[in-house]
Amino acid sequence: MSTDGTAAPSATPDSTSGKKLDLGPVGHLGDRLFAGLAKGSGAAVVGMVAFVGIFLLALAIPALANDKSSFLFSRVWQPGAEPPRFGIAALFYTTLVSSVIAMLIAVPIAVGVALFITYYAPKRLASPVAHTVDLLAAVPSIIYGLWGIIFFAPVLLPVSHFLADALGWIPLFKRPGTEDRGTLFAAGIVLAIMILPVITAISREVFSQTPVEHREGALALGSTKWEMIRMAVLPYGRSGVVSAAMLGLGRALGETVAVMIILSTPNENDPWNSSIFAGGETFASKIASSAAEFDSPSKTGAFIAAGLVLFVVTFIVNSTARIIVARSGPGGRTKRPTARRAAKSEGAAA
Amino acid sequence: MTAVPATRPVYDGQALDLTGRSGARALKNTLATALIGLCFLIALIPLIWILWTVLSKGYHLLLEPSWWTESQRGITARRAGGGAYHAIMGSLIMALICAVIAVPLGVLGAVYLIEYGRGSKSARAVSFMVDILTGVPSIVAALFIYAVWVTILHQNRVGFAVSLALVLLMMPVVLRSTEEMLKLVPDELREASYALGVPKWKTILRIVIPTAFGGIVTGVMLGLARVIGETAPLLILVGYSKAINTNPFNGFMGALPTMINQDRDNLALENAADRVWSAALTLILVVLLLNLLARLIARFSTIKSK
Repeated sequence: MSTDGTAAPSATPDSTSGKKLDLGPVGHLGDRLFAGLAKGSGAAVVGMVAFVGIFLLALAIPALANDKSSFLFSRVWQPGAEPPRFGIAALFYTTLVSSVIAMLIAVPIAVGVALFITYYAPKRLASPVAHTVDLLAAVPSIIYGLWGIIFFAPVLLPVSHFLADALGWIPLFKRPGTEDRGTLFAAGIVLAIMILPVITAISREVFSQTPVEHREGALALGSTKWEMIRMAVLPYGRSGVVSAAMLGLGRALGETVAVMIILSTPNENDPWNSSIFAGGETFASKIASSAAEFDSPSKTGAFIAAGLVLFVVTFIVNSTARIIVARSGPGGRTKRPTARRAAKSEGAAA
Repeated sequence: MTAVPATRPVYDGQALDLTGRSGARALKNTLATALIGLCFLIALIPLIWILWTVLSKGYHLLLEPSWWTESQRGITARRAGGGAYHAIMGSLIMALICAVIAVPLGVLGAVYLIEYGRGSKSARAVSFMVDILTGVPSIVAALFIYAVWVTILHQNRVGFAVSLALVLLMMPVVLRSTEEMLKLVPDELREASYALGVPKWKTILRIVIPTAFGGIVTGVMLGLARVIGETAPLLILVGYSKAINTNPFNGFMGALPTMINQDRDNLALENAADRVWSAALTLILVVLLLNLLARLIARFSTIKSK
């Protein structure tokens, strides 16, 4: 800490940068107060994340202890029953499948859009085009949900029928007995639209950092624009795109209201259906749609346990994304040799 | 030894064609260009479709003055009339309370990362946690506040609880954009201030933060735009009220997202559908306005480096 006057300057981590002045011992009350406030806010961030985990865990444990079925592998959800029985297998499946559909659709398109913005659109149009795509992020999720179920799902129905007829022999694509618009497939595509701006924004950032030497080298060797992108831009941005995709996945896993509105809830007694052309419930949609049922501690505990699983899953996905970014340079905050070189060549190009 | 130049290319009188490319490569290039352009067009379809839907279905109620001045009190799904005043007020109140808590925390957190902890291990830990907090789903934030506020503290579901949940969502946005801006403040400014004997805290408050002010306001606007459209915390932490309630500590509260949610099962009724789409349009307008303000402020307040 550079504010800690007792530490020798050489011991401060950033003394090597030579940019900071060591002001000597901190005497001012104002300084101590302000430093304390700033540090407190920093600690508050860590505290918030920790508290989310701790409180959810603390309230989930009693409910889990009473759970008479396997929490991880059961598809039953009857926390109100006596004794309570609930498991997350079905929720987990629906959450995962809808998010994977979203990823499969969003990632290639987002990469295309990012390339379009960075290397294809005329320079003057690049920034308005980027803002236009960002507008997708400004649409609230409840509006995506309404639009998705009322306008988009009916249009999608023939596509679903076609796919189900062609690939119906695979259980994943089996046509369900009942006709339904609120399918996992529809929810997945709407999720794809919702996570598109996030993935695009990060990919765009990484692609634009491709060193000029790499790009011009490829062009000088006679490659076409596409070959330049395939050989210089895409390899350079790969890890950035991977982490962007992970961040998008994190969003999709936790998306609540749009999914809740679109997915049709299966009846209690219906047999479980694994097809993407059937409805279902994700962690988030289950919790949100059951808000009215939070009346007894054991029931609330069951939903909090589901929320805890969602928290842990998104935590893992998001931290993986950040670690990939940090490890691999471009787009990362930590300065690795590649990132530094990229920054330098960008400076040279400017 | 006499046949040394055997490997040397022999000029056979034909001009070397350096401009042409083989057909397959040119074709691939064209194909890639077309595909990439197509990706952009595909991304535009839902945007235009959604905006058009909401605009065309929702605009006419917005033209009536009562929409902006009256609540839905006593108005059933079948009846026309009333307005969105209660929901707009509710949304604004909850967002403002959230901002009052989240903005100082976010700005001070960024000050810590840049001015106090730069490069240290604990700063990296905080920075990592900010990233994690950015990714926490809104439903998890809501559930956390529910666990603390309702289950442990035995409080009622009120607007203030929603604000608390929104703090978790807004703070990382404010923190990140403030941090980006503080990074751009030239060290010369700080050093000039230190050289004049100004203590560090005063330097930060009077030199660094004012220089970065535009960026901070941009972050606040973007944060507000994010939280005002959130529905999940509203569903769990406060009930919907059709009447005007400006007290965040007592009773249910209307909000634009829950106003949409309220009537979404009655879309077959014309009046209810009108209200849903008009509330949706109002919400989009508010969010877009905040985004636009953020962008304008960002444009006019960029820090000029030498």
